Amino acid sequence: MSLVETQRGETPLTVTTVRPSRGWLGVNLRELWRYRELIYFLIWRDVKVRYKQTLLGAAWAILKPFFSMVVFSVIFGTLAKIPTDEVPPPLFYYSGLLSWVFFQDGITKASNSLVSGRNLITKVYFPRLAIPISSVISGLVDFLLAFLVLIGMMVYYGYRPTTAIWTLPLFLLLALITSLGGGLWLAALNVAYRDIGYVTPFLVQVWLYASPVVYSATLIKGDLWQLVYGLNPMAGVVQGFRWATLGVGQPPSSFLVASVAVALFLLISGALYFRRMERTFADVV
Amino acid sequence: MTELAIHVEDLGKQYRIGEQVSGYRTLRESLVEVISAPIRRLSSSLRGSTTDVREDTIWALRHVSFEVQAGDVLGIIGRNGAGKSTLLKLLSRITEPTEGMATIHGRVGSLLEVGTGFHPELTGRENIYLNGAILGMKRTEIDHRFDEIVDFAEIEKFIDTPVKRFSSGMYLRLAFAVAAHLEPEILLVDEVLAVGDAEFQRKCLGKMSDVSQEGRTVLFVSHNMSAILNLTERAILLDGGHLLLHTSSEEAVDHYLASGFSQTGERVWREDEIPAVATPFRPVALRILDPDRHVADSLRSADPMAIEFDYALDEPITGLRVGLVLMTNRGEYVFTSFDTDDTEQFEHYSVRSAGRYRSRCIIPPDFLNAGQYTVSVIASSFRIKRYFREDSALTFTVDATGSPGSHWPEARPGPVRPRLDWQIEVRS
Repeated sequence: MSLVETQRGETPLTVTTVRPSRGWLGVNLRELWRYRELIYFLIWRDVKVRYKQTLLGAAWAILKPFFSMVVFSVIFGTLAKIPTDEVPPPLFYYSGLLSWVFFQDGITKASNSLVSGRNLITKVYFPRLAIPISSVISGLVDFLLAFLVLIGMMVYYGYRPTTAIWTLPLFLLLALITSLGGGLWLAALNVAYRDIGYVTPFLVQVWLYASPVVYSATLIKGDLWQLVYGLNPMAGVVQGFRWATLGVGQPPSSFLVASVAVALFLLISGALYFRRMERTFADVV
Repeated sequence: MTELAIHVEDLGKQYRIGEQVSGYRTLRESLVEVISAPIRRLSSSLRGSTTDVREDTIWALRHVSFEVQAGDVLGIIGRNGAGKSTLLKLLSRITEPTEGMATIHGRVGSLLEVGTGFHPELTGRENIYLNGAILGMKRTEIDHRFDEIVDFAEIEKFIDTPVKRFSSGMYLRLAFAVAAHLEPEILLVDEVLAVGDAEFQRKCLGKMSDVSQEGRTVLFVSHNMSAILNLTERAILLDGGHLLLHTSSEEAVDHYLASGFSQTGERVWREDEIPAVATPFRPVALRILDPDRHVADSLRSADPMAIEFDYALDEPITGLRVGLVLMTNRGEYVFTSFDTDDTEQFEHYSVRSAGRYRSRCIIPPDFLNAGQYTVSVIASSFRIKRYFREDSALTFTVDATGSPGSHWPEARPGPVRPRLDWQIEVRS
């Protein structure tokens, strides 16, 4: 399908051509930009609706990582005594969980987004990418709330942020790219194969243990292993997050390059696959 | 000079059978197909058959070509499954065609359903913005038309209430109001008028004709023939995915009714067709019976006929009246009649307890003229509540063989054909 703007008479009329498309399609960024208000409203709806009719409301955005932190501190800190880079275990786990939960919520919601947005897809046209994009971005609100708690904890434990804190948005962006990239793949697959609904939680769980959330990336020794480990973009994100907020470990430069490359590959391939499958969404979903 | 709004050329859409019904497949099925498809192809090529026919596909629409001039209102009629909705989905870019193409000049607004994207937890105000954005309105446009939308929907008082607390009537009014204030050059409308009460339908029809008078192009799918006749000048008739006719609405409607395309003889309601507002009234079936008590869609004027309406009440209803509105296919009223029109009957059934009922109306012989008629059903308590109404629930044909005057093969105007008592006196 193509869209050409032409002048007809005095008023510009959009001329739309509907025809079968073949093969791989690029991502139409201009069209996506024209639909930015829709993306905004979808994010806004997600945020407004998420904690409606819950007793604790938006507090859940904080409670979820907080309770996980408590559990991790007891099991991995107190019982298993996994070293935490000399950081108090609660702070160590919470800072790791913060970026992780953002990623996990994003990829999970994105992978379900098309199926749960079925009634939109089959009734109205708009760039389908708007749906997973908005479900990943809407997680930022939860992230910001949970981030306030991290600041509180840092004050409590007497941690002053270093100048590295300014790199934090970059790691957040990396988490967003990874989450969206994976989410696009899973969302497009989920339309055709509902197996994905069962695969996603398992995938996310494995991914958690492949990322340095409950342990420190410094446990991985040797340049080669570091590089292999960095192929998981979330390894770069979680470790980078800890470095940026708490100033522990090293800047994860050695494997950050690999992380960024993999994340970008995931995003681009995900977007292309999504666009390829897009033409059948309304028929199959 | 008129300008072209829509040009459709050889448009076709193929579906895999079952795709529309069961939709997604499991990974296992796909894997099985990946493995079995080459084997199938191999074995068919060994057998020497050259045509690679995929048996598991159907064409929902094929070889459809037509043009619509800017400012025209085009009706689209056809039986269920004729491809009407597929055509609208293709034109609104919800799904891609398998072959052919269409060129559309202007912004398209599609209204395939009212209230798309409404979220029950959000308030009326919030849903107006959300729904507007989904339908393609800009925020500034919505701001600008906000008061008009609220006015049209008549929900001023509830604008900040979550829509899940709305009655279904309010919900529909709000949903239609947002859509009606969309200002695209081309509007695609699918059967939205099939929902809601009669007053709401009138309002929608009014708004629709306003829209067409503003010079916008409208494509309008409906099963309601009188709406088609009222709103459109030209119509296309689809059957089995093919374009059968593209002509004046009158001709298309006549053809549609004459060739038995419409629902005839009996109308049975599925559970999901019954609107929530109808509770505790539940329509079950409506049928027309010939003198032998067989369901028929074509009857003789000279014979008596019966219209039977089966329904169930889940709770007792006071003052219920169940009735029929008989109209010609051109929308002229013939009569309106209720089962408790007789006062004795009304007192006897002043309260109808829960249970199943059948109301039967006998139409005497020599009453209706030859032609096509539609039956609408109504169930209401006078001045209290209208539980249910369905317009054109049934269509039937009356034949004048054996009627007074049928020895002259001519069409007689007028909806009734009574056997009147004529006396001829020779006065000289």
